[in-house]
Amino acid sequence: MSPVLAGVLQLLALIGALALAYVPVGNYMAKVYDSRKHLRVEKWIYKAIGANPDTEMTWPAYLRGVLAFSAVSVLFLYLLQRLQGVLPGSMGFSSVNPAQSFNTAVSFVTNTNWQSYYGEQTMGHVVQTAGLAVQNFVSAAVGIAVAVALVRGFARSRTGELGNFWADLVRGTLRILVPGAAIAAIVLVACGAIQNFSGIHEVGQFMGGSQQWNGGAVASQEAIKELGTNGGGYFNANSAHPFENPTPFTNLFEIFLILVIPFSLTRTFGVMVGSVKQGYAILATMFTIWLGFVALMMWTEFAHHGPALQAAGAAMEGKETRFGVGASSIFAVSTTLTSTGAVDSFHSSFTGLGGGITMLGMMLGEIAPGGTGSGLYGMLIMAVIAVFIAGLMVGRTPEYLGKKIGGREMKLAACYILITPALVLVFTAASMALPTPPHSMLNSGAHGFSEVLYAFTSASNNNGSAFAGLNANTDWYNTMTGLAMLLGRFLPMVFVLALAGSLAEQKPVPVTAGTLRTEKPLFTGLLVGAILIITGLTYFPALALGPLAEGLAS
Amino acid sequence: MNNSVTNTARLLGAGLRALLVLTLVTGVVYPLVITGIAQGLFHDKANGSEIRANGKVVGSSLIGQSYNLPLKKGQQTPDADLKWFQGRPANGLGTNSVNTQYKLILSGATNLSADSKVLIKQVQDAKAAVVKDNSAPGYTVKPSDVPADAVTSSGSGLDPAISPAYAELQVHRVAAKNGLPVSAVEKLVKDHTEGRTLGFMGEPRVNVLELNIALKDLVAKK
Repeated sequence: MSPVLAGVLQLLALIGALALAYVPVGNYMAKVYDSRKHLRVEKWIYKAIGANPDTEMTWPAYLRGVLAFSAVSVLFLYLLQRLQGVLPGSMGFSSVNPAQSFNTAVSFVTNTNWQSYYGEQTMGHVVQTAGLAVQNFVSAAVGIAVAVALVRGFARSRTGELGNFWADLVRGTLRILVPGAAIAAIVLVACGAIQNFSGIHEVGQFMGGSQQWNGGAVASQEAIKELGTNGGGYFNANSAHPFENPTPFTNLFEIFLILVIPFSLTRTFGVMVGSVKQGYAILATMFTIWLGFVALMMWTEFAHHGPALQAAGAAMEGKETRFGVGASSIFAVSTTLTSTGAVDSFHSSFTGLGGGITMLGMMLGEIAPGGTGSGLYGMLIMAVIAVFIAGLMVGRTPEYLGKKIGGREMKLAACYILITPALVLVFTAASMALPTPPHSMLNSGAHGFSEVLYAFTSASNNNGSAFAGLNANTDWYNTMTGLAMLLGRFLPMVFVLALAGSLAEQKPVPVTAGTLRTEKPLFTGLLVGAILIITGLTYFPALALGPLAEGLAS
Repeated sequence: MNNSVTNTARLLGAGLRALLVLTLVTGVVYPLVITGIAQGLFHDKANGSEIRANGKVVGSSLIGQSYNLPLKKGQQTPDADLKWFQGRPANGLGTNSVNTQYKLILSGATNLSADSKVLIKQVQDAKAAVVKDNSAPGYTVKPSDVPADAVTSSGSGLDPAISPAYAELQVHRVAAKNGLPVSAVEKLVKDHTEGRTLGFMGEPRVNVLELNIALKDLVAKK
């Protein structure tokens, strides 16, 4: 069997598995967030928090909950790293310096999981398990909560109420992420991912002598790292490390974990707004883009243009033998079209165009299918914009799901889509213009520029992957990517929740003959077009200087 | 004003309590339960799939190693011990730069770009070495015979496997250096070649450490 055919079969198997999971997982998540019942352990948790889970919140109250929880999380994770040197169970690792602690704390709380540190030499058991892995759960739960609040905004009318943040946070964690991650972790261990607390110990070698291994709770962290679209590896090599991703099966399984919640959330959305067809239209949009990107990536990686790859005979630099080119291409696209950023192969050594595809995936705003929650709300914002464009074309007031898209709604949606491009381009330009930040580049020429552009694209969109040759452990990059992550996560959330509040207050508009049918393929086509054109216009000049220049030269 | 300060404090307090409770669930109970199950059901795998030869642990079947001669005086990089099958280059591996009381291996890739002059040179040098090392009297290796995995660094730098093509290319050299018949070494490679999982997942591969352990047995039996 040729590697190309094997790649295509792996893709089909993955699509089959996602299709099987779509309805049950989507319906289950809808039930979780619509349920009026509380589990006993949840009641106990609400008591500990001191919150009444049945209190409905308006959008400002919901937002305050998100921000308060996240602010405390950043501070807690920062202090945990700063105190690592005196914490027991840290294998004698010293405390992390302030700039890197800030960067890492922000990174994990914002679901980015950008890493300017080497996991195996920097973070001990306590910080990994009780700090970083915890944020893998709760940052994903916060993302889903905000998405669910927006969906409630569409589903409800004549109320400003969007649900209760604490209830959504706790339920998402306890009823969705913990059980899902637990099953996934056991599967990973059964295939060879490690799970122990043996710390650093000596292991013999074939040629004599010994090597030092860093043991840890890897499988449990790996599971939620993928399921929660986080992406921060226990080891520096991330999911290319055999202890995180030991076999070709675990590799496909991890891609499945990355995609299952974001794709299935469109079902949750359909169920909650009372029309699963609307969910299918959003799903079709996400799936079209994702599949198109995978096809392009496989094409360019199998073609392996670029002098070094031509000399080698295949694009195997930075790729593992057990995965090969095909599976690595699927992983790379899936991790950058979601907010994951985990890698099973190193994007910096992809073909010029392949690297460009990973960047473009993030630049689309990570909406195909996007991060847990953030993918759905990002895509719904684009749907609002597409509806507005369609409304302009036919000269009617735009509506989506029975809600009028008026001036206020459009202002909020427009602000949303302007934030990340502004962050990416301003921070990249500043890094290129200042004297010292360019010194961090490993490669020269167009690829060097791409390293910086990739860093801020990844940070602002909360992805976390990198053209990892860039030395990002400097005060400039630690601080500036930290800021990009914070602003790129929470400013969009402000606009999403404000939009949700504004939609929830409206009374529904009756469907007439003139209503744009947003559950039809025509709308999916319009939406795909709007996404590509808006992103294309925003980023084309920057892409032309980096990956396009590199890719077309070879 | 006073009111809003109190409200903010109350909200942050709720956030802190929520974080602590969820840390207990997801950061203490969850990993401990998973570790318990993992250690109970999959003890060997959970501890790194260690592999033994003659009763001694010689590594993990999942982690690639180097098979080099000891460093000679004045040498920066050791020479490959051509008696053994060689794994992939690992030019992205590092050693720890903080917490230097340890001697840890830092996993990683080169991150060199497809048009990097450094990478082109690495690939060309590796290819020349593979051709030179593996060509024996009556068996010439052409540069075009060298598979890509033999001249590129993996993502982790710890890739435990090589392609069957690279293993087969090393058979004549390994047989000659160990005084074994070529057919015996060929059979060894064949026995250690793993196909795609279920016929389509990943790529066919040969685990280098397992292959070398089997080779050592064969040499000992000779």
